[in-house]
Amino acid sequence: MNVKVFMLALFLPIAAFAQGFAGLGTDADGFSVPQPDPQFDFPTDHGAHPDYRIEWWYLTANLTAADGTPYGLQWTLFRSALAPEAGEGWTAPQLWMGHAAVTTPDDHFVAERLARGGIGQAGVTADPFEAWIDDWSLVGDWDTLRMTASAPDFAYDMALTAQGPLIFHGDDGYSVKSAAGQASYYYSQPFFAIEGTLQLPEGDIAVTGNAWLDREWSSQPLADNQTGWDWFSLSFDDGNKMMGFRLQQTDGNNFTSATWITPDGVTTAYTDGALTATPLALNDDDVPVRWRVELPVRGVDVKVDAINEDAWMTTSVPYWEGPVTVIGSHQGIGYLEMTGYE
Amino acid sequence: MTRATLQALLSHWWRNPLQLFTLLAGLALATALWSGVQAVNAEARASYDAAAATLGEGQYDRLVRRDGQPMPQETYVALRRAGWLVSPVVQGRLDGVRVVGVEPLTAPGGIGPVDPVQGGDITEFLSGEGQLFANAETALALPDLNVILTPEAAPGTAVTDIGVAQRLLGKLGQIDSLIVLPGQPKGRADLAAVAPDLTLQPAQGGSDIGRLTDSFHLNLTAFGLLSFAVGIFIVNGAIGLAFEQRRPVVRTLRALGLPLRNVVILMGAELMIFALIAGVIGVALGYGIAALLLPDVAATLRGLYGADVSGTLQLRPSWWLSGLAIALGGTAIAASGALYQISKMPLLAAAQPRALAMAAGRQAVVQGVFAAILLCVAGVMMFTANGLIGGFTLLASLLIGAALALPLILDRILAASSKIATSVTAQWFWADTRQQLPGLSLALMALLLAMSANVGVSTMVSSFRLTFTDFLDQRLASELYIRTENEAQSAALVAFATPRTDIILPIQSADTEVAGQPTEVYGARDHATYRDNWVFLQQAAGPWDSTFGGQTVLINEQLSRRAGLNVGDAIVLQGTSFQIAGVYGDYGNPIGQAVIGEGVFATLYPAIIPQNFGLRMDPVAVPDFLTDLEATTGIRATQAVNQASIKAISLSIFERTFTVTTALNILTLAVAGFAILMSLLTLATMRIPQLAPAWAMGMTRSQIGRLELVRAVMLALLTAVVALPLGLALAWALLAVVNVAAFGWQLPMYLFPMDYARLGLFALLAAAIAALWPARRLARTPPADLLKVFSNER
Amino acid sequence: MLLTVQNIHKTYQTADGPFAVLRGVDLTLDAGETLALTGESGSGKSTLLHLIGGLDTPDQGHIHLGELDITTLDDNGRAALRRGTVGVVFQQFNLIPSLRVSDNIAFQARLADRYDPLWDATLAERMGLTPHLNKYPEQLSGGQQQRVAIARTLAPKPRLVLADEPTGNLDEATAAAVLDLMLELVSETGAGLLIVTHSTELAGRMSRRLHLRAGQVA
Repeated sequence: MNVKVFMLALFLPIAAFAQGFAGLGTDADGFSVPQPDPQFDFPTDHGAHPDYRIEWWYLTANLTAADGTPYGLQWTLFRSALAPEAGEGWTAPQLWMGHAAVTTPDDHFVAERLARGGIGQAGVTADPFEAWIDDWSLVGDWDTLRMTASAPDFAYDMALTAQGPLIFHGDDGYSVKSAAGQASYYYSQPFFAIEGTLQLPEGDIAVTGNAWLDREWSSQPLADNQTGWDWFSLSFDDGNKMMGFRLQQTDGNNFTSATWITPDGVTTAYTDGALTATPLALNDDDVPVRWRVELPVRGVDVKVDAINEDAWMTTSVPYWEGPVTVIGSHQGIGYLEMTGYE
Repeated sequence: MTRATLQALLSHWWRNPLQLFTLLAGLALATALWSGVQAVNAEARASYDAAAATLGEGQYDRLVRRDGQPMPQETYVALRRAGWLVSPVVQGRLDGVRVVGVEPLTAPGGIGPVDPVQGGDITEFLSGEGQLFANAETALALPDLNVILTPEAAPGTAVTDIGVAQRLLGKLGQIDSLIVLPGQPKGRADLAAVAPDLTLQPAQGGSDIGRLTDSFHLNLTAFGLLSFAVGIFIVNGAIGLAFEQRRPVVRTLRALGLPLRNVVILMGAELMIFALIAGVIGVALGYGIAALLLPDVAATLRGLYGADVSGTLQLRPSWWLSGLAIALGGTAIAASGALYQISKMPLLAAAQPRALAMAAGRQAVVQGVFAAILLCVAGVMMFTANGLIGGFTLLASLLIGAALALPLILDRILAASSKIATSVTAQWFWADTRQQLPGLSLALMALLLAMSANVGVSTMVSSFRLTFTDFLDQRLASELYIRTENEAQSAALVAFATPRTDIILPIQSADTEVAGQPTEVYGARDHATYRDNWVFLQQAAGPWDSTFGGQTVLINEQLSRRAGLNVGDAIVLQGTSFQIAGVYGDYGNPIGQAVIGEGVFATLYPAIIPQNFGLRMDPVAVPDFLTDLEATTGIRATQAVNQASIKAISLSIFERTFTVTTALNILTLAVAGFAILMSLLTLATMRIPQLAPAWAMGMTRSQIGRLELVRAVMLALLTAVVALPLGLALAWALLAVVNVAAFGWQLPMYLFPMDYARLGLFALLAAAIAALWPARRLARTPPADLLKVFSNER
Repeated sequence: MLLTVQNIHKTYQTADGPFAVLRGVDLTLDAGETLALTGESGSGKSTLLHLIGGLDTPDQGHIHLGELDITTLDDNGRAALRRGTVGVVFQQFNLIPSLRVSDNIAFQARLADRYDPLWDATLAERMGLTPHLNKYPEQLSGGQQQRVAIARTLAPKPRLVLADEPTGNLDEATAAAVLDLMLELVSETGAGLLIVTHSTELAGRMSRRLHLRAGQVA
C-alpha cells in the first residue's frame, strides 16, 4: 500500500492550504466556519476543535548552543477532519500528523508521524493541556510547557517558559486570508523562553533561545486562486516582534498581512498591502532563501537570510521551514516557512 | 544475393520437412518442458508472494503475545506512546476467506496488495463502513460486503481497515500482532517495561508459508533444472544435426562465391527465426501443460500446507520470457558452436570421410577430462556439501559429469562386447553400434538425465510419502478428533466423553520462541498412546516418564537441528528450564515443536483452554458416539474427524503430488524418447552407406531393420543401467543434503525396485517406439538406394 | 592476356610430412582460348585449378586475371571472384539438392547479381534441360546434372571457365555430348576455358594442352 499516496489524499485539506488545491476551501460541508469577532475561551480553545476541518499547534524556536552555534527547531501537530465530529475508536474521522525538525547550519533533520484519532494514539486535550502523537508531546499549562520528539537520527527534550501574553492576529484573532474573505482563527504565544537538549548524531547539545507557538484552525483556509504562502516570524533585537505572511496568487499578485508585536504584547494588525516581501535569491531547488521584507509604516526594511538553505521538509506534504537571520533597519532572528515551491 | 541464398537455405527444409519438424519439435518440446515447470512454479510463487505481501510476513520483525493470544488495542497505543513504531494487524477467517485488517497510516510501505487510491474512497476505507480489497474469486465468497476487486490481492484473502476487520471478525479492541517498522526512534522504552507479555519475532528470510511450501517447490525446481538440462541436450542435438546435414550445401554455396560471413549470418538468422517460432510453440505447449497440472498443484499445496494457490493460470511475463530465452539462448549456444565449425570448415574438404565420427574421437578426450573433473567435484561435495547452493552444485556436477561420461562408458562396454562376440553378425552389430554412438550420444545423454531425474525425484517423493504415512500413524493414533468452538463446548465434551471413551487427549499448544526459533509448545496428557507410537531419533532413558512428570521436554528434529539442541541440553519455557529427553521426527512441519507434560503446561500457559481433543475408543463405537454427542451437547458431527478420514485426506494429498510428479516424469521421458527418434531418423539417411556392405554380404533388409531396433533398445538398456545409480545418488542428495538445508529435517531414503523396473521398462518402450519408424524405413530401403552406394563410389 | 600464372608453389601437410604439390608452375591463357591441363593423379592439376579459381591460395607466386592479382585478395575478394569472374564446373556437379533445376541454373547469376532470364532460357534450351526445369537434381541422370552444373557456371557469363574432370562421372557418349555443348557455349561467350582432365581424347579437342608432372610443367 502506498502510504505516501494514501497520506497525501488524507491530508488534502492541509495540502490545499499548502498548495492552493483548486475547489477546496470554499465548500465547508458540515464544518464550522470562522466568524468575525471571536470570543476565545481558554484553556478550552488550546484544545482541539473537531468541527473545523483543519487545525495546528505549530512551534518554531531559534536556539543557540554554548559555543554560539545557531540551531532551529520545529514541533508541529496537524489535525485533519474527514467529518465534523470527534468520534471514538477506529471510526473516528480525525487524522493526525506530526512533524519534527532540527536545523543546524549544515544539517536538517526531519521526522513525521501519522495517527488515527479516537484510539488515544494522538490528540490534544485542553485541560490539562497535552498535545501528542505517539511519544511526541507538548504538555503543560501554557505558562510552562515540556516538549519532546524523537526520530532514528535525532531527538529533543525542551522546557518552555512564557515571558509575555498570548497575542491575537488580524481582527482579535480573526485572520483574513484572501480578498474573498477566507479566514482562520489565529493566535500565538511568541514570548517563550526555551531551553533543553538536542540529541544529534554528533552528540547531546545543550541549547537556549526563544520559541514561537502558533495556534490556527479553520475550514476554508485558502481562496481558489492562492497557490502557496511565505510566512515570517521575526524577533528584533529591540524587543519588538513581527509576524507577516504573503499568499501567492495565480494572477501573480499577492495577498499580505502582518502583525506588529511590542515587547509587552501590544499588537497592531496590518491588512493587505502594508507588508511587502520580495525574493532576492534562490537555493539549488529554486526556493527563495533570501528575502527583502518591508513594513514601511513601522520603518522596517530588512534582509532575511536562511541559516541553512536546505531546510526542506521531506514530509508527505513537503515544504521549506527553517531559522533565519535579520539585518537592515532592524537586526534579529526568526523563522521562515514557504509552501507551494514543489 | 541474400534472396537467392535464403531461397537455397530455406528450400532445404522444404525438401526435408521431417528434419524441419524434428528441429522445431525438439526446440519446442525442450521449451515446453522448461516453461511448463516454470509456469507452475511461478504461479504458485506469485500466489505466496501476494499472500506474504498482504501481511508483510517475513519482511518485518513482529511483536506477538508469548501465549499466542490476541493483545488488547491499548497495548498498541502504549507501545506507540513509548516510542515503538509498530503497526497493528488483526486477522481471522470469515466464510472461508482470510480477512486481514491493517492500519494504513502506520503500516510500512509495501504492505497489502491494494492501492486504495484506485477505486478506493479513502474516507470510506477509514470510516468503518467497510471497503475490502480482494481478487474476484475471493469476492464471490463475500457477497454482502463492499469488496473492491484487485487482481494483486492474495488468493483467498481480503484486506481491509483494521477497524472493519475487528468488527467483521468479532475481535473488537483486539490485535493479533504488531509489525515493527524499520528505523525506530532514539530513546525508545524497553519492551519489557511497556508490554512484558509480548515477544519479538525476528524477520525471516521468507514467510512461514513460503518455507512450508518451498519443500514442494524444491521438488519442482529440481525437476525444472533437470528438464532444462534435458532440453539443452535436445536443442544442442537438433541444431548439431541440422548443421551436419547441410555441410555439403554450405561448401557448394561458398564455392559458388557466397562469402563466409554471409553464410554464417544467414544461417544464424534462419536458426534464430526457427528458435523464435519453436519457442512460441513451446511456451504455448508449456502453458497447456501447466494449465493441466495447476489444479492438481494448487490442490496439493492447499492440502499439504494450507497455502492458498489461485487455481487459475495467469500469463506471467517472467516465465514466458524465460521460455523464449531458453529457446533462443539454447539455440544460440548450440548454434554458435556449429557456426564456428562451419566457419573453420575448409572449403575443399568435400572428400573427407564422415566428420562426426572423426570429430568424436578428438572430443572424447576433452569430454572424458570434463566428466572426470565434474564427478570428482560431486564426490567431494557428497561429503562436504551443506546449504542449498552446495546441494545444487552437487546435483549439477553429478548430473552433467555423468552425462558427459555416458558415451565413454557405453563405448567401453561396446568395445568389450565386440571382443567377446563370436558370430560375424554379432561382431558387425557391436562394431556398427559403436560407430553409431557419437551420433546418438546426445540423445542418450538426454535419456540418461530424464531417467535419473525420474528415479531421483520419484524416490524422494515416495520416501516422503512412506515416512509421512508412518508419521501419521504415530501422530493420528486417536480414533476420533473433535474441535470445540468455545470453552463451554470443551467442558461439555469432556463431561460427555469421559465415561464413554478410553481416554481423552487434549491437544493444546502455545506459540513461543525457543533459542530464537519460532516454536509451538504442546501439553500432552500421560497416556500409552504417546508411549506406544512415537519414534525418537535420539532419546534419554524413559523420556515419557520424565516429561509427563514435568521435568523434561521433547523437541522435534527441526528445533534440534536449527538451534543445535540435543538430548541433555536444556531449554527455557516461560522462565522454567527443562532438560531435553528426546528428539522426534516431525516431518513436514516448518517450525520447532516442543512437548511438555499436561500439568506443567497448565501452569506455564494458564490462558490456553484446549479446544482440540483426541479420543481413544473402540472404532466401531464412533458413529453412535457422534450421534449421541450431538444430541447431548450440540457439538456437531462436522466438528469431528475420525482418524481414518484424516489419513485418507493426507494420503490423497500425496496422490495428487504423485499425479503431478508422474505427469512430469512421463513428459520428460517422452521428450527424451523424441530425442532418440530424431537422432535415429537423421542417422538413418546417413547410414545407408554403412549398411549397404552388410546387405551386399547377405543380410536381409528386414534383418538389418530388426538389428536397428535391437540396437536402440540395447543402448537404452545400457543407459538405464547407468541411470539407476545416478538417480539414487540424486535422490540421496535431495533427501540428505538439499532437504536438510532447505527445511531442517532429513528424510529417510527408501528404495522402490518395482518403480525402477517399471521406469526402465518405460524407457525401453520409449526407445523402441522411437526406433521403430527409422528401423522400418531402413528395412524398406529400396535395393536401388543401397546399390547406389556402390555405383557412386569413385 | 586473360590469365597469367607465374611461379606458383603449393605445399600440403600430410601424414608423411610436407608434400610439394606445385613447384613453380607458369602458364598463360587468352580470352577465347581453351587449354587442357593433363597429368597423372597427384601431379597437382586439380590444385592448380583450385588456386586459379580462388578456392585456395598459393604459398608463392602470382596469378593475374587481366590486371588483377588474385593472390592478393582476401576471403571476401576471392568469394566475389568466384561469384562473377571465374566459373568452376566440378566433377561432383555440386548442385543444391533442395533447389529445382531452374533455380540451380539461375543460382550463381543471382548471387553475382547478373541474372538474365533470356540467357538462362537459352542455356537451358541449348543444354536440353527445358523439359526438366521443374525437377530436382536427384531426379536427373548424371549427364543431365552435369549439364545443369555447366549451365549454372555459364549463367553469370564468367570471363574464365574452369572445369575439373567435368565428364569424369559420365559415360563416353554423354561425356562427348556434354563437352561439345560446353565448348560451343564457352566460345560464344568469348570466355577462356581451362579443363583439368586425364582423358587424352578430351585434351585433344582443346586449342592448347599443358602437361603437369610432379608439380611442374613438363
